[in-house]
Amino acid sequence: MSSEQTPFETDTSKVQTATQDARLGEALDDRFNSKLREAFGSSPFILTKFDKFMNWVRGSSMFMLQFGIACCSIEMMHTYAVKHDLDRFGAGVPRASPRQADVIIVPGTIVSKFAPRMKRVYDQMPEPKFVIGMGSCTISGGPFQEGYNVVKGAEEVIPVDIHIPGCPPRPEALVYGVAKLQERVANGESSPVVVKPYELEEFGDLDRDEVVEKLAAQIDEDDLVMRYNWADSP
Amino acid sequence: MSLEEPEPDATELVADEPLDGDDIEALLGDHVLSRDDHVNAPGFVIRPDEVQDVLFRLRDEAGFDHLSCVTAQEYEDRYESIYHLKQYDDPTQRISVVVPTSKQHPVSQTAEPVYRTADWHEREAYDLVGIEYEEHPDLRRILLPETWQGHPLAMDYDQDRPQIVPLREHANPLQEDHKAEDDTDTMFVNIGPHHPATHGVLHLKTTLDGEQVADVEPDIGYLHRCEEQMAQNSNYRYQIMPYPDRWDYISAGLLNEWAYARAIEEMADIDVPEYAQVIRTMGAELCRIAAHLLALGTFALDIYGDFTATFMYSIRDREKVQSILEDLTGQRLMFNYFRLGGVVWDLPEPREEFFDKIRNYLDELPAGLEEYHDLVTGNEILQARTVNTGVLPKDVAKSYGATGPVARGSGVDYDLRRDDPYGYYDELDWDVAVEDGCDNYSRLLVRMREVEESAKIIEQCVDLLEDWPEDERNIQSNVPRTLRPDDDTEIYSAVEGAKGELGIYMRADGTEQPARFKIRSPCFSNLQTLPEMSNGEYVPDMIASLGSLDIVLGEVDR
Repeated sequence: MSSEQTPFETDTSKVQTATQDARLGEALDDRFNSKLREAFGSSPFILTKFDKFMNWVRGSSMFMLQFGIACCSIEMMHTYAVKHDLDRFGAGVPRASPRQADVIIVPGTIVSKFAPRMKRVYDQMPEPKFVIGMGSCTISGGPFQEGYNVVKGAEEVIPVDIHIPGCPPRPEALVYGVAKLQERVANGESSPVVVKPYELEEFGDLDRDEVVEKLAAQIDEDDLVMRYNWADSP
Repeated sequence: MSLEEPEPDATELVADEPLDGDDIEALLGDHVLSRDDHVNAPGFVIRPDEVQDVLFRLRDEAGFDHLSCVTAQEYEDRYESIYHLKQYDDPTQRISVVVPTSKQHPVSQTAEPVYRTADWHEREAYDLVGIEYEEHPDLRRILLPETWQGHPLAMDYDQDRPQIVPLREHANPLQEDHKAEDDTDTMFVNIGPHHPATHGVLHLKTTLDGEQVADVEPDIGYLHRCEEQMAQNSNYRYQIMPYPDRWDYISAGLLNEWAYARAIEEMADIDVPEYAQVIRTMGAELCRIAAHLLALGTFALDIYGDFTATFMYSIRDREKVQSILEDLTGQRLMFNYFRLGGVVWDLPEPREEFFDKIRNYLDELPAGLEEYHDLVTGNEILQARTVNTGVLPKDVAKSYGATGPVARGSGVDYDLRRDDPYGYYDELDWDVAVEDGCDNYSRLLVRMREVEESAKIIEQCVDLLEDWPEDERNIQSNVPRTLRPDDDTEIYSAVEGAKGELGIYMRADGTEQPARFKIRSPCFSNLQTLPEMSNGEYVPDMIASLGSLDIVLGEVDR
């Protein structure tokens, strides 16, 4: 750090603020003129680049939720630990709290009593969040599919980005799955979060058809939020 | 409640000579309605309102101080609870007390005042089969959610009817303020079901008074994946064997498989070649080492959050065991290696290389254990947390049906490998590790000493296998393709799993599938002692006690 360095000041003359000035008034708000903006230039093109950059960052530094359910969690522990060492791939920081985690690996059979708890853990994770389904039980219920108490796959409860088959998958398979997820995240391809109507609390006791009927009745055509006229939008 | 010592002179009287079924029938007198003998135990049918009388008499006058299992089942014309009793001193002394109840009114007297372990076992019987127990202190569902409709192992249960549980039923239990009106000093804390210290999906409902645990109630069933139903829908010969691997999944697969193999081999009278028994013994002990190493690593993790040293070391050693087991069985975790009457294939070729691998591992093990003793048992922090905490006195452990390292850490000298020998154990030279400290530290020491003993057993097995003549390497006896044990054959038999007595009750109905398949899981009984150990202790001591019990939720919930 050199002592002659002056505090950073934005050189507003170099920033194109014509649109902003026209809409918000001159020098009303310089929140768009960040250091990064200046460094990269101020065309909107940079923003998409920045998204790409953020995706790459997300994919390269994944905080995993320390989450164990059943047999697969033993292999998951082996994947985190010596020999396989998931940390090498920028994905090996197990966080005990869902509020600090990006990725939840679902390692095992989900049963009726645990499914709502798992959903709550998932809901507590901050966006953007990703789910890795580890093992056959999270795909279909696996060897326990016919059990009266077994949820037939993690997808029934939360959206899953990557499924890793196996009973249990070897640590190598889990590493491969995590690497695949990182690749997808880095390319901005992670699957969208889908909220099924029956997951909404207010419809919890209705059949699915009734939910659709009720939702359809609620739509007011004059009050749609989405706009199609891009020219008019600010 | 009923923890008074059994009459000492009465037990000594019977300890001299084993009782046979007729002696016990004479002892019980009019209580016995009829005999219903099981394959390796005499069975006595009694009235449902005389359960406590009979069990008190058997416990106090005949020395049956171990209620290992309670099996409930439904027949066409009746419900039945079976109490499988044993003696801690001599587990080959076993009897079954059969309590039939009517179809319309399935109510039977509880055994909880006699054996404390009956509490959870009877709750499970109520939950899955639907028998009600009179005077039971707390008869609620234990494995299934409170909102469940029907009893899934009862005959009239409709498998295809979906269970509809609206979301509001799963409201956050802590949403409302749970402060008690009259006792404002205590605080309610949920630990789990998602918590790093609960070793899986266990839920502890804890009431705290300051930093001390006023009350803790384990809430289980978050991994109840219908193992008993799965086994009842599979055939004896091939389809059941993969499931035991998934009960105690901490690499203890072969030990679990042996529980099923032993039960069906005794039931259908199948011989196992000596060579296969040696391989089984060796594989099972390798599994025990792997299981105990993980218990050690997670215990250290629980107590001083040591994710980087001890945990990694124990995983490193486990990797080596898993690699040996993978060479032997072809899988890292879910081995599916045992078959009825033997094992699926012989040792891998070249055999010398395989033996060298095991020997190298065994050579490194003492130095590794020394390292653990430096790191863990000699560590002052760990000692402060474990010595004289989580005390489980001997008689309490017995009353709760504790087995395995938990019982042996409380001075109960009980190990089925020695007391009820199977496999090749009685031919080999090894000791049972027993500590009488009764605290968390003793249970840790027992596990570490058992690793040494297992290493001794493996070494002797390797010696035997190396010199085994080539033309006598018979890995499987001749077992029919379809196995149909005789109708109404019943058996309860157990082996020493990594966590304790792992027992199987099976009833055949003449088909190729068992009519009832009940798993007696050691962790289920061991976990029940947690409130006994932690009430009044500090919260971190409770976590230490839980770690020292070394439960596997797959086996607790099945």
